[in-house]
Amino acid sequence: MSLAEKPGSAEPWRDPNAEPFLRIEKLTKRFGDFVALDEVSLSIYRGELFALLGGSGSGKSTLLRCLAGFLEPDAGRIVLDGQDMAGVAPYARPVNMMFQSYALFPHMTVAQNIGFGLKQEGAARGVIRDRVAEMLAMVKMEGFGDRKPAALSGGQRARVALARALAKRPKLLLLDEPLSALDKNLRESTQFELINIQERTGTTFVIVTHDQEEAMTMATRLAVMDRGTLAQVGTPSEVYEFPNSRFTAEFLGTANILEGVVEGVDAEGVRIGSSELDFDILAEPAASKPLGSRVFVALRPERMRIERVAPGTPLGDNRLVGRVRDIGYYGDFFLYYVVLENGKDVRVSQPNLRRRTERPVDWEDTVAVTWDRQASMVLPE
Amino acid sequence: MTPALRRRLVLALPWAWMALFFVVPFAFVLTIAFAEPAEGLPPYAPLLRWSGEATAVLQLNLANFQLLLDDPYYLDAYLRSLRVAAISATLCLLIGYPMALAIARAPEHRRNLLLMLVILPFWTSFLLRVTAWIGILQDQGWLNGALLALGLIDQPIPLLYTDVAMYIGITYCYLPFMVLPLYATLSKLDPSLLEAAEDLGAPPWRAFLQVTLPLSLPGIVAGFLLVFIPAVGEFVIPELLGGPGAQLIGRVLWTEFFQNRDWPLASALAIVLLAALVAPIALFQWRAGR
Ligand SMILES: Nc1ncnc2c1ncn2[C@@H]1O[C@H](COP(=O)(O)OP(=O)(O)OP(=O)(O)O)[C@@H](O)[C@H]1O
Ligand SMILES: [Mg+2]
Repeated sequence: MSLAEKPGSAEPWRDPNAEPFLRIEKLTKRFGDFVALDEVSLSIYRGELFALLGGSGSGKSTLLRCLAGFLEPDAGRIVLDGQDMAGVAPYARPVNMMFQSYALFPHMTVAQNIGFGLKQEGAARGVIRDRVAEMLAMVKMEGFGDRKPAALSGGQRARVALARALAKRPKLLLLDEPLSALDKNLRESTQFELINIQERTGTTFVIVTHDQEEAMTMATRLAVMDRGTLAQVGTPSEVYEFPNSRFTAEFLGTANILEGVVEGVDAEGVRIGSSELDFDILAEPAASKPLGSRVFVALRPERMRIERVAPGTPLGDNRLVGRVRDIGYYGDFFLYYVVLENGKDVRVSQPNLRRRTERPVDWEDTVAVTWDRQASMVLPE
Repeated sequence: MTPALRRRLVLALPWAWMALFFVVPFAFVLTIAFAEPAEGLPPYAPLLRWSGEATAVLQLNLANFQLLLDDPYYLDAYLRSLRVAAISATLCLLIGYPMALAIARAPEHRRNLLLMLVILPFWTSFLLRVTAWIGILQDQGWLNGALLALGLIDQPIPLLYTDVAMYIGITYCYLPFMVLPLYATLSKLDPSLLEAAEDLGAPPWRAFLQVTLPLSLPGIVAGFLLVFIPAVGEFVIPELLGGPGAQLIGRVLWTEFFQNRDWPLASALAIVLLAALVAPIALFQWRAGR
């Protein structure tokens, strides 16, 4: 579903000669002493659906509001399609925003809401009418033009807000947690529609979310934000499979973190001695870090296998032994909480492959947890 | 006690209040308005009289209402009062709207202080405040004194006992009644609506005209009525600050009641005033409710 997974799709960020459509250079924003954005630099290309992901207070909305023009950055530049945005008022920017609360004008009809932007430009009445009809059709809301926003459901309001934000054909569409007010099923179907509309209009989207699934499924690329900085930028699979830090590994998806020291590097791979447990972790050669350096090894729960073993079985390379403390049933998979001898918890997930059979592993079983060496994600401490 | 019964009991209290302090006095006034003036105390004749045999005669005297319609003196007073009230309410709106907007947009910790400042004058006597304006506006008053001292004028401008002084007084006294309902609606306005308007290409003044103003209409109507209605019957301020010529309905009422001791005519005046005010408002409410 994500564009990046599609074979043959353009990936301009890999082309060093490609000109970014939106260039954010060393953007800094302070509120008093508090630094909300700390020299953020980012290039976004035409037609991208770029997601800003991060915990609460990490500066996502602040960055978006700087792009919209509601906040004046203290330092740095924003260049959109070759035009420096410094000093350009929000109403003069070729940028539109879909607000988290939708911010639909309650005293106007759906059609008046969607036509509002064009009316400000002084567009002719006929032009506005046609464009409104076109936008209503795009979001599948034909026949709702005369309603007031109060007479719409949450999902319908989201569509109207999207139609209103796209009616002026902005160069850049900003979306601040656009779907967070919708329930799960509606959110998923609306995500698909949003991607469809984005692909059809070719508009560049920057979407803020703290729903990581939303970011993963929708975005061409995403940035993980942490305390006003970009922790990592990349395609969803890059960031998920090759996190550059413990923070991103744990933020995007789930990760078990083991600590260790690099003890050997050879053609076959990297050997990491784990100090907290008496065993070695093997990783791929590509994960190489200098000999003797302290590292974290992050392990995704779905990349590990679990099997029942006799009590007292020794540890081995990439092989942990522990006791099943808890089993979470999620329908499509099981999540096992395995407690190791040193008290550390490891989470292992297994797909729920067969219906109505006994679980191969049960509460209080002694189990071995194993994984392949390419599943070991070695991160700097 | 069932919840329904309890609810009825709770609702009974305001109804009883209304009945006791509005309906009953109103009934008295209405009765007197249909009576004939008479010597004595009270200075009107009873409506219900025994005519010798066992028959009661109810006599409704419509002469008072007839007089109000026929004598242009009363009609003029009504119209002048309505005009004064409308101008005062408009002045209050023009001054009060920016004030309310400024308070609503002020940082949250400062809003209560500003609201306090708006209400503060209520803590001193109304009469005292109006009298203070005499000191400001009279020929040797502060305003003329300041203008003279600045050399802007070389003779005092006669302000006191003019319509200007009356409008200043009414606007000043009723301003809080405009600011408070306006503030109530403006502070509830979602700020992201204004951002959305700006984001869609509306400069601040257009965003104000197209979003803030229409959405604050309920506050404007409430504030206007809260100023307009009492201002129509205002007696003290025109009496103390206004000119002697302006016959407003408040003064006419007072004259009929206390000087001419014509209670029935005064009551009829009050009833007509009430009807003239309530009818359009009721109509407005009814249409707004649909
Ligand atoms: N107007 C402001 N004045 C002072 N501090 C602010 C202001 N706006 C944001 N901040 C602070 O800046 C930081 C970043 O805020 P921001 O709204 O960008 O976070 P966010 O990543 O969008 O978080 P969330 O997911 O909760 O929306 C927060 O710590 C916030 O308290
Ligand atoms: Mg936010």
